[in-house]
Amino acid sequence: MSCCTLGAGLPAESDNLALDEEVRLASRLIGRDTYQTDLSVPDIHCGACIQTIEKALSRLEGVEQARVNLSTKRVSIRWRDATQPPALIETLRGLGYKCHLDDPDLEEKDGTSSELLRALAVSGFASSNIMLLSVSIWSGADSETRDLFHWLSAFIALPALAYSGRVFFRSAWESLRHGRTNMDVPISIGVLLAFGMSLYDTVHHGHHAYFDASISLLFFLLIGRTLDHMMREKARVAVKGLARLSARGALVVQDDGSRLYLPVAEIQPDMTIWLSAGERVPVDARVEEGSSDIDVSLVSGEGAPQAVSTGSVLQAGTLNLTGPLTITALAAAKDSFLAEMVRLMEAAESGRMGYRRVADRAASLYAPVVHLAGFLSFVGWMIATGDVHRAVTIAVAVLIITCPCALGLAVPMVQVVAARRLFENGIMVKDGSAMERLAEIDAVVFDKTGTLTSGHATLANSHEIDPGYLAIAAAMATRSRHPYSRALAAACDTPVPIRRIDELPGLGVEALVGDATYRLGRREWAVSESDQDAIRDNLGTVLSKDGALLAAFRFDDTLRAGAREAVASLRELGLPMEIVSGDRYAAVERTAADLRISDLRAGVLPGDKTRRVAELTQAGRRVLMVGDGLNDAPALTAAHASMAPGSAADIGRNAADFVFLRDGLEAVPLAIGISRQARLLVRQNFGLAIAYNAVALPVAILGYVTPLVAAFAMSLSSILVVANALRLKGDTKRAHDSRRNIAGVMTIASEGNA
Amino acid sequence: MTDYFYLIPIAIALGAIALASFMWSLKSGQYDDLAGAAVRITLDDDDVPQKPDNL
Repeated sequence: MSCCTLGAGLPAESDNLALDEEVRLASRLIGRDTYQTDLSVPDIHCGACIQTIEKALSRLEGVEQARVNLSTKRVSIRWRDATQPPALIETLRGLGYKCHLDDPDLEEKDGTSSELLRALAVSGFASSNIMLLSVSIWSGADSETRDLFHWLSAFIALPALAYSGRVFFRSAWESLRHGRTNMDVPISIGVLLAFGMSLYDTVHHGHHAYFDASISLLFFLLIGRTLDHMMREKARVAVKGLARLSARGALVVQDDGSRLYLPVAEIQPDMTIWLSAGERVPVDARVEEGSSDIDVSLVSGEGAPQAVSTGSVLQAGTLNLTGPLTITALAAAKDSFLAEMVRLMEAAESGRMGYRRVADRAASLYAPVVHLAGFLSFVGWMIATGDVHRAVTIAVAVLIITCPCALGLAVPMVQVVAARRLFENGIMVKDGSAMERLAEIDAVVFDKTGTLTSGHATLANSHEIDPGYLAIAAAMATRSRHPYSRALAAACDTPVPIRRIDELPGLGVEALVGDATYRLGRREWAVSESDQDAIRDNLGTVLSKDGALLAAFRFDDTLRAGAREAVASLRELGLPMEIVSGDRYAAVERTAADLRISDLRAGVLPGDKTRRVAELTQAGRRVLMVGDGLNDAPALTAAHASMAPGSAADIGRNAADFVFLRDGLEAVPLAIGISRQARLLVRQNFGLAIAYNAVALPVAILGYVTPLVAAFAMSLSSILVVANALRLKGDTKRAHDSRRNIAGVMTIASEGNA
Repeated sequence: MTDYFYLIPIAIALGAIALASFMWSLKSGQYDDLAGAAVRITLDDDDVPQKPDNL
């Protein structure tokens, strides 16, 4: 299978000592001297991958067991503590798999899904057995048999209700305690009353018992809830798999000159840190020694890398590209840029705060009506007949028949189907309320770098450059990690014999070709003094031969795939759009002109992005924020709904409601379309449920509802609602290659940060 | 009719056995990696699912 031969033999770029320490920090102790490490390996695709990885890792010294999970694309490794952790990451890299360490803090096992599954199993068992007994009662069992069967049903129902019902009772109690109602309140009341009255009737040899109704109601609702949870869990795991090998620590230079690996939280101001090329800056710091280029795109939104040298101040989260640096920490991690962003996010008035789920809003209208109807029919029958037992029976029958089985399923079923459609298209949704909010939005705010644009520089003026010079430049560029070098290297692949080549961090690349010295890099450095006055526009990167200018290169951040189509279809939907970017005005204007978006703001600080979103919100708009950087995170929180690409900074991805893993920006209109369709179906389902109640309620109030009728009506309405939810259509024609594309994006996302 | 009542405990016991085996399979981690289980059948080695650790 060809999928197992991806990018073989990548060089291990990080410092080995640092890597070992990273592994140790990300491991957890699970027994005496035994550690468990979880690695996320997005490239696992098939059985052969499983075998290759497990065999290779098991052979390592100290490894007790290595187990691949294909569903979550992770490997968990148990190893005994030796002097150092086994070379897990190096081994996987050697096999050609990229991997990321999973954060142990986020690894707390989520018990909800197994609790739901167990509750579902218990209620399924109980409802099927009670149904069997009920069928014989409905077929006219004599009174002694009926009593016996009622007792048997009660004995099965009681533990099942106590076990499976907890899910609903807990949530209902929580919401009542805070003085609100949600869907679980009428469900809990209906189920408990039905059970209580049936028990009473069983004791008093009554004709009717509703054990089957109360347990199968739980069973139906738990199906919906379990599916809903599993869908979200799947999305969550997929998003979590994107977590980078981010800086958990840094090499701190001690007084005696030795280097010690410290976790980020322990780094104090004035400590000296050794930062190699390819690492992220752990805390705000000042450069003491060395020069390099810094990629700030995730932090400030500025696309072009910045040269730094002694004295420059670096922000936490920026990426060191070309040369090693010695830096002095200026602030502890809790006072750094990243922490500042987290504070801004917390301060930002969350767009979600005031939002109440559709189902809860429906419940707050529905519950009083139903309970009032139950109460009135009790009073009515009391006045009419004076028979307390009869009145109570009918009141409970009213509650059971109207108990929102259909309503309880109406929303989750639609959202499960919608989330599935989104998932097939590479869009992960965090929860159902996000979908409801997205359907409501009426304005879109875009970030530029990394969102509208791909975030990768490409050579813009290759047609103006002599192919011979381009070949030399491209050959030289292959030696550097600078984004512009990568763009150059990608532009041409004619081999050129090079005798000697050096990279000078912060300046460029110098090479000896034949007898001439070529320089590729910053104009001031590559071109000798006399030529300095040459055209000074955007052409900052040049190729020179012995100090004489040969060619100047211009780089552009290309538009993200599908950006034009996405903007066009959003315009068709009539949504006003604007760009709010931290980049320079000229760059933002170019992108805006390309996409024909007239509303733009450039050079915006993170706090002002949030303010802009808040302004729009105050003007009555419901804003969708689409962004990827650290600087977008507070705005993502503040917006009514938010989306981030899979390549976004961890913090931004966590703040966003939706994460799209494919490259294309079409995900934005697609997600809006599916959300709106889902909203329509939810409304239809509510309509169906109300229509059903309008028919069933009079029948119940008149006292014609037997347990048989109740069971029928309940199943029928649930099936109707589920069938309606399944009508949701999505664009699934490309679903079959989704796995490939997701893996592709993950690879791209991790490449720049490995 | 009453002669067949002995069938009731049998029916319930059968259901309970099914429930217990489902609980066991859930606890022993057999649903943790459904996609992996489908392809592992093609691998030659004997293997058993990894038990979730009891922390």
